[in-house]
Amino acid sequence: MTLTLQAVGYRYAGADQPSLLEIDLELRDGEVVGVAGASEAGKTTLCLVASGLAPRTVGGRIRGTILLDGENVDAWPMHRLSGRIAMGFQNPSTQLSQVTGTVFEEVAFGPMNFGLPHDDVVARTWQALHTLRIDDLAERNPQRLSGGQQQLVAMAGLLALRPSHLVLDEPTAQLDPAGTRLVADAIAALAADGASILVAEQKTDLLAEVAIRMVVLAEGRVVLQGPAADVLDDARLIELGVSAPSAVRLRRAAEAAGIDPERLRD
Amino acid sequence: MAGRERLTNPPLMNRGVPKIVGRPGPTAYHRLNPLTKATLATITAVAAVVLGGLVGPVVLVLVAVIGPATVAGVLLRLIRTALLLSLPIAISAFLVNLFFFPGGEQVLLRIGPITATAEGLAFALEILARIVAISGAVTLFYLTTPPADLVVDLERRGVSPRIGFVANASVQTVPAMVERAMQITAAQRARGLDTEGSLWRRVRGIVPIVGPVILGSIAEVEERTMALEARGFARPGRRTLLWSPPDSVFQSALRWGLLVALLALIVARVTGVWA
Repeated sequence: MTLTLQAVGYRYAGADQPSLLEIDLELRDGEVVGVAGASEAGKTTLCLVASGLAPRTVGGRIRGTILLDGENVDAWPMHRLSGRIAMGFQNPSTQLSQVTGTVFEEVAFGPMNFGLPHDDVVARTWQALHTLRIDDLAERNPQRLSGGQQQLVAMAGLLALRPSHLVLDEPTAQLDPAGTRLVADAIAALAADGASILVAEQKTDLLAEVAIRMVVLAEGRVVLQGPAADVLDDARLIELGVSAPSAVRLRRAAEAAGIDPERLRD
Repeated sequence: MAGRERLTNPPLMNRGVPKIVGRPGPTAYHRLNPLTKATLATITAVAAVVLGGLVGPVVLVLVAVIGPATVAGVLLRLIRTALLLSLPIAISAFLVNLFFFPGGEQVLLRIGPITATAEGLAFALEILARIVAISGAVTLFYLTTPPADLVVDLERRGVSPRIGFVANASVQTVPAMVERAMQITAAQRARGLDTEGSLWRRVRGIVPIVGPVILGSIAEVEERTMALEARGFARPGRRTLLWSPPDSVFQSALRWGLLVALLALIVARVTGVWA
């Protein structure tokens, strides 16, 4: 199961300039690809395009080809794509349906939309809640939760869909370190289960932990890509408005201070 | 739905839907099917208008509003909410009819150029009784029926989930907007906005609050739409329902019986059989 973007460009309706240019990207089974870049670099746009929401729901014009398991999805309606590709946004409150009275119903909302058998919906919902350790929130009103809890509920709603491909736009934007840890574990579990995941994140620590490959965007173009460890250690990151992971910064600081970084490990 | 079918944990399969989902209401009236309660509210409101006069609407208020509200234990909340809902329109309708009823002869009170007449008072009371019946019926339904229950019931009967979603989301949006307004008010006050003091100061203080509330809500609509699309909401075909409100043959017969009775009443009034 592969999601492939070939020479994809995208321009928002009414915009003078395209927001994405000549993007080539492949998401393979069980692979987590990180996306980094400064503000306005095109991270969110890439997520919208990869998930199919742009241009189907957002409008605008797209160029290039998007293939899902080798099939061109150009003519697919959004509801067909959403059965294969799920997308999470950075603002948790807008991801909640606002029509459910409990977290359980909120997480079940997606599987219910797909008309899955009742018992399957229930099992997927409990599983998603359990994966993110929020079983105890099942009976709570989702509107009455904190931003971090809502983000986890929104993430559980995506897990319950069990998508082949998952696109996440800053999934830990409102989470504390413990919540970030849970999301990182969930991403790893999904990837281990065979899903391909695209994660756009400012927190390079998270990307260092979960991503196998990385792309860095600037002005809508891919300017750096490769194995995550190499990209995150690239000295050009800072010029591109991306801070290196704390482990890399610590190692560099140690080197600058004349301390052997290997001693820090000990 | 194509996709991965793994990531399962067999012990979790047997937990079922939490009991709170679709939990029966606390009283017999709460436990009526939502469509039955909606039918009762609609027929009470329409019948109050069709019946006209004073006695008909007052009897309706006693039988179809006060009685059930007492059974449901929501009488005080109903009075408070119905008053909030209808007081402005009730007062203005009452005063207009009291003082400006055309052709009134029996003068009760004269204030300068305007005159309150007995005929105007009688008609104003009739209008007031209808407004009380309508607002009471609607409030009773609102206080005893979670909107989501009605949506689930309608969806079970084949109504498009989109229609139910729009209706339900509209109701649910109100508290969310109130909460957002409170947050923005607190944020603006923390930055020195004066929202207390004279009426003029309060009015001036509203402007920097209303703008962000409305614009913020509009900005969220697009992302909310995308999130719904991404979760398959636009998919054609029936959705799975986790539960559905119970119904009975008796309630079904009651709904149809009330509907037929209302139609008969309308026909009788229109044809003049019942003047």
